[in-house]
Amino acid sequence: MGQITLQQVTKTFGNVEVIPPLDLTIEDGEFTVFVGPSGCGKSTLLRLIAGLEDTTSGKILVDGNDATSVPPAKRGLAMVFQSYALYPHMSVRKNIAFPMRMAGVPQDEQEQRIEQAATALNLTDYLERKPGQLSGGQRQRVAIGRAIVREPEAFLFDEPLSNLDAALRVGMRLEISGLHNRLQTTMIYVTHDQVEAMTMADKIVVLRAGYVEQVGSPLELYRTPRNLFVAGFIGSPKMNFIEGTEAKKHNTATIGIRPEHIDVTNKKGVWNGKVGVAEHLGSDTFFHVHDTGLAETLTVRAPGDVSLRHGDPIGLTPRTDQIHKFNAEGLRVN
Amino acid sequence: MATTHSRIAARFMLAPAVVLLLGWMLVPLIMTLWFSFRKYLPLRGGDLGWVGFDNYVRFVSSSAFWPSVQTTLVIVGGVLIITVVLGILLALLLDQPMWGQGIVRILVIAPFFVMPTVSALVWKNIFMDPVNGLFAHLWKFFGATPIEWLSQASIQSIILIVSWQWLPFATLILLTAVQSLDGEQIEASEMDGAKPLQRFFYIILPHLARAITIVVLIQTIFLLSIFAEIFVTTGGAFGTKTLSYLIFQRVLESQNVGLGSAGGIYAIILANIVAIFLMRIVGKNLDA
Amino acid sequence: MARDVTNNRKIINTAAAWAIGLLIFFPILWTILTSFKTEAQAINDPPLFLFFDWTLENYAVVQERSNYGRFLWNSIMIAGGSTVLGIIIAIPAAWSMAFVPSKRTKDILLWMLSTKMLPAVGVLYPIYLIFIQFGLLDSVLGLTVVLMLINLPIIVWMLYTYFREIPGEILEAARMDGASLSSEILYVLTPMAIPGIASTLLLNFILAWNEAFWTLNLTAAKAAPLTAFIASYSSPEGLFYAKLSAASTMAILPILILGWFSQKQLVRGLTFGAVK
Repeated sequence: MGQITLQQVTKTFGNVEVIPPLDLTIEDGEFTVFVGPSGCGKSTLLRLIAGLEDTTSGKILVDGNDATSVPPAKRGLAMVFQSYALYPHMSVRKNIAFPMRMAGVPQDEQEQRIEQAATALNLTDYLERKPGQLSGGQRQRVAIGRAIVREPEAFLFDEPLSNLDAALRVGMRLEISGLHNRLQTTMIYVTHDQVEAMTMADKIVVLRAGYVEQVGSPLELYRTPRNLFVAGFIGSPKMNFIEGTEAKKHNTATIGIRPEHIDVTNKKGVWNGKVGVAEHLGSDTFFHVHDTGLAETLTVRAPGDVSLRHGDPIGLTPRTDQIHKFNAEGLRVN
Repeated sequence: MATTHSRIAARFMLAPAVVLLLGWMLVPLIMTLWFSFRKYLPLRGGDLGWVGFDNYVRFVSSSAFWPSVQTTLVIVGGVLIITVVLGILLALLLDQPMWGQGIVRILVIAPFFVMPTVSALVWKNIFMDPVNGLFAHLWKFFGATPIEWLSQASIQSIILIVSWQWLPFATLILLTAVQSLDGEQIEASEMDGAKPLQRFFYIILPHLARAITIVVLIQTIFLLSIFAEIFVTTGGAFGTKTLSYLIFQRVLESQNVGLGSAGGIYAIILANIVAIFLMRIVGKNLDA
Repeated sequence: MARDVTNNRKIINTAAAWAIGLLIFFPILWTILTSFKTEAQAINDPPLFLFFDWTLENYAVVQERSNYGRFLWNSIMIAGGSTVLGIIIAIPAAWSMAFVPSKRTKDILLWMLSTKMLPAVGVLYPIYLIFIQFGLLDSVLGLTVVLMLINLPIIVWMLYTYFREIPGEILEAARMDGASLSSEILYVLTPMAIPGIASTLLLNFILAWNEAFWTLNLTAAKAAPLTAFIASYSSPEGLFYAKLSAASTMAILPILILGWFSQKQLVRGLTFGAVK
């Protein structure tokens, strides 16, 4: 069981309110991602749940029991840190054994669980090495192994992939998702990368300046972002926002349209402008279009290789049913 | 960055060190302060009562006071200048590519291992003795009259001995700092057309600022209280009486604890002035 | 700053550095050499460098005169005891300052260092009285405690700078893994900081070994360490160069050997952890 509930949790450092009163429930077995720009309080929130920081007020419940003042080790949670935080003077085996050693797990059971974890994480050949002799991806696996053997109620991940290169990151993403499918244990995962959030999460919590902007499944956030911030944060390339007369036509302050929801022609469209920068990815082509008569530069995503270049005229047609409308306060209206 | 629990633990963990040092500082200090207001002659009647600021006035008006302050400052200042300047030059030299760098480094740091009593005795007798000392032989070899080092050039001799002891320390810290200098910075300055001397003053010296501060701070702490070097060589004669040594004489040789304690309070005040001054600089530099 | 340099340049560097290195080392070398001479050869003019009748006689005389072993034992006990005791007290303090810093941490650290600036002579008599009161005069225990207190600020400072290099996340990981505070310090922090602790240990051992104010003023016969052993040769009757040299060599040799064998840690320690 691993249901985690936050009730009116706040955190202030000195006079700075990092987390304003916050309510949140993470269901048992759910893969929840906290996402937001740096400084949004997502790591602080994770550390509050871990017990590495005290809440200023409010309650944290684990499986319905008040854990607010329970020390970190007694909360039944395991954490994987951004820097992996492996003990450099211990071999991989000893690293993985450490939490069990602290908990007084019998020797033979320790061995058994280490073997299991090592097999699952492809670490069997590295058990006697020191962390310094491992690659980034292997260190990451050791950190996960150390978390698994504790058989925790929930796993906490603090930006675990940010120190890996791009290729490894994709691989580890799949491994962590696979791990979740296998264990069905609650996981809370902090990242600033919305791609990680979209690809892994059952539930995404978008945070800004300590406030929860929106909670929902990846596609809910993509389809119906609650406000301008979530609309701009989720999805890549970013949603285009258009204000002024064009928005007035839709009777609202701002309209948003995702780059992939604009059709491109080299003839006339609704908006006609010139290609500024063209990014040819092969599978897709991104155009940054200006001189459309709108104040904003528009970003457009055309599937496949479209052979328009810098300076070429381009016609754009938004799909009307995909237009998001926001009022003057930045809240979604349709 | 921590929980209340760990903050409380932290306070408990810090307590023993703080309490011990506080006691080590306050108890003797208060006793010294108490004695400084009393006429206290352990061998000639013991505690003879309250005398107000008498001891303070007598200590300052003694003809030995100001010279001793001056001597203290000259020795500390002299050693600091010599060790820092030579230390920088030596560090720059040792940073160059050469054969046997490790061995040279051992040779250079060796004096730091020598206890002050030994180095003072060895320098005094085997090197500076006007009849049998090595320097005397050397002077005679060139047809010069040997110098009576510890009486004719007493302060210089003590500065020489103490500098020899502390040069390794300065060199080593500065060498570590020089080695941490980014090679690309030097190369960039070369591309920008800086000549070696300009490079030294505009790039290397500013980079060493923090290391120099550390050298000055730590050496001052130790130099203000040099004792054995003077005790063994001149015994405070020939103008080598530092403030510390003067107090030592008042307390131990003249057995005038009241007067010595007043001197001690002066020394503590002097040390605090130096300390506040240094701590300001270091406090700023420690963050960098 | 590794770059290709012409061999000429390297030869000049090497020659200059070795010349200066030997010059700085010369007083020690000369003392060691003199210790193997006879008294007449020791003051020979011109000085004899290597070609003299090597003899161990001086060492025998010194040993007979002043029982070197007892002084050595006292030095080891006092320097070792004060350093180990200091480190045991300093590790928790440094942990606290490095990993749970508060607004006052830096002030406390600087205050600790400033206690080292209090002139020892200023408080000599009070300490003397306290020592008499508690029967600590001329005792190894008393000196151990005093030297521990003298070096404590430096030990705390050095450990603090070494601890600060250790990422706090690792200690948090230990906390998450169920380690109590003492396990965290014992099984995670201390093993990780071994090189730094070794440097601190070495440097403070040497500082305590060489300390010559309290050791001279608070001991007589029983607890006197090597600083006092050698000081007894400053009186006129001890002025025999070869014997003085032998005694000097005996006083400094343990530290010289220790220093050379642990050069790497010591060099690190000599910078007091303050410069990287």
